[in-house]
Amino acid sequence: MDLEIQQRVKDLTEKFGAENVVVLLGGSEAETAGLSAETVTAGDPTYAGPLAGISLGLRVYHVLEEEIKNECDAAVFDEQCGMMEMVLDVEAISNEVKSIREQYTQFKD
Amino acid sequence: MFPVIKGASYILVNTPDMVIHNGTTQTLERETNPDSEYLKKVSQHLRSFEDVVSYPVNQTYIGNFDPEELSKMQRPWYEKKIENASRYGKFGEIMPEDEFYGLMKISDVFDLVVLEKAFTEEVKEKFEHHKLLKVYASKLKDGSEIEEIEKLIENVGAEGLYINNKLVGCVKRAHEFDKNLTAHVITENLAVKASGVLAILNLIDKFGIDANEIDYIIECSEEACGDMNQRGGGNFAKAIGEIAGLKNATGCDVRGFCAGPTHALLNAAGLIQSGVFKNIIVVGGGATAKLGMNGRDHVKKGIPILEDVLGGFAVLVSENDGVSPVIRTDSVGKHSIGAGASPQAVIEAIVAAPLEKTGLSFTDIDLYAPEMQNPEITEPAGAGDVPIQNYKMIGALAVKKGQIERTHLPEFVKNHGFVGYAPTQGHVPSGVPIIGHGMEKIKEGKINRFMIVGKGSLFLARMTNLFDGISFIVEKNSGKEDEGTVSKEEVKSMVAEAMKEFASYLLSK
Repeated sequence: MDLEIQQRVKDLTEKFGAENVVVLLGGSEAETAGLSAETVTAGDPTYAGPLAGISLGLRVYHVLEEEIKNECDAAVFDEQCGMMEMVLDVEAISNEVKSIREQYTQFKD
Repeated sequence: MFPVIKGASYILVNTPDMVIHNGTTQTLERETNPDSEYLKKVSQHLRSFEDVVSYPVNQTYIGNFDPEELSKMQRPWYEKKIENASRYGKFGEIMPEDEFYGLMKISDVFDLVVLEKAFTEEVKEKFEHHKLLKVYASKLKDGSEIEEIEKLIENVGAEGLYINNKLVGCVKRAHEFDKNLTAHVITENLAVKASGVLAILNLIDKFGIDANEIDYIIECSEEACGDMNQRGGGNFAKAIGEIAGLKNATGCDVRGFCAGPTHALLNAAGLIQSGVFKNIIVVGGGATAKLGMNGRDHVKKGIPILEDVLGGFAVLVSENDGVSPVIRTDSVGKHSIGAGASPQAVIEAIVAAPLEKTGLSFTDIDLYAPEMQNPEITEPAGAGDVPIQNYKMIGALAVKKGQIERTHLPEFVKNHGFVGYAPTQGHVPSGVPIIGHGMEKIKEGKINRFMIVGKGSLFLARMTNLFDGISFIVEKNSGKEDEGTVSKEEVKSMVAEAMKEFASYLLSK
């Protein structure tokens, strides 16, 4: 995850509290989505950015995961994400992000 | 009449030492973590010049290998070699680092590049045997003592130039305090300039162009030349043209991140179609900053550092000759400021909208060229196969528009775009690499048209959050005057017809 985005996630979490922050990912590959999810939960695995060694334990989802899709207006979701849903390996991405979430988020809801 | 593309050249410069000393991934690592394991391993992952030349992807870029053949070749391609591969190709060439330092020297008009004596002699000898460079050999002059070069690096912050980690020269700073004229920036800019010169020299040679007939140059790389009072003042175009001998041309630089070349081609097309100029070269040099950009991932995965080349290209846009493929200036797609940022909105604006405008369907475009990065570079870094992702997005929009069946999506992806064969040099992969092979396919009658799609990450400059995209169609020349233009005879007959109608109206009164 980009170092500046890590800083923004860190700042927002400090400002609003970890319980009030949900991180929504949009990456196109399972591996990169997983790395981003790990960064905002367990900490930056590359030890290069502001979240190195900092476990925020945030709630993190990929925008194409069922949980998020169900929260959206169907027409808006189709307009904004329908095409990418057809293109990306949604199952692999969802499994990867879910597995990270289940391991590292501090909010088990 | 629509303007045409008469030819395109493509060059690569193998610069392994510049990967270590000038690529930002490595320079940043040296600054922040000088003892890192990665830095220790970099040189073990660099390829020889012979390996770079025989790499099937590079042979495809310079026109010696068909992209369709490349797609049939089993990966990893870096383990394959094209037998008897030549550094010279149908569209251009692959240059070794020593010759390139020589080219940087002759591209430098302020005596900022200093090369060592014996090294200069070696390069001079190589220039003498190079078809396009022999005329420049004497301009290399005599070279300097190595002690002088060492002093310049130690005392005044000159940037070292190395071959196999041995110092062979340096680039001096151009000002004591100006951050825009540091040795680092000058090195970066001279590399853009020299690789741009090489692309133009190849274009002129391969397509038998009369250099004196070029009246304008548009440069479209991603660097900025200027000083502290005008950081991006320019102008690479004219500077490159001067060295390449385009005496009757002037020019300007056009920028737009990776979309720059597509914007530049459209600017050229507009200037030609309006009759302002007759022959315009669009040129883009290479980016030293991007050398080894994904090196950390390549080293981690135990593969060679594949970003070991600078890329460059030059395209000649001219008046319609009735033969060369036309740029359909009525087919321009653009991602406008209010278009929305979702991938769907982007593809809608830059692919679907121009198709609707021209009455074409998604399948009428034989080949799409959105981003043509070599997937062997991007996949290990977690960015996937970028060209394939783009073809999938275009195909998925065709499905959503009801133009193809969802079950035909994999077939669409396979048939409507080349595999990626461009180096990840920012502006280089974005659309333009298709021109060479695409024109060949049109000439052979295998395809009728292709679409160039330029996409740019403008947000990287922190001036806007917006993304950019622009596109146009290149099509087989019908050989006829296009329907939009009216000849003198037609005007005469239209006036006569109108007068006849008016006369009969008066008679009937």
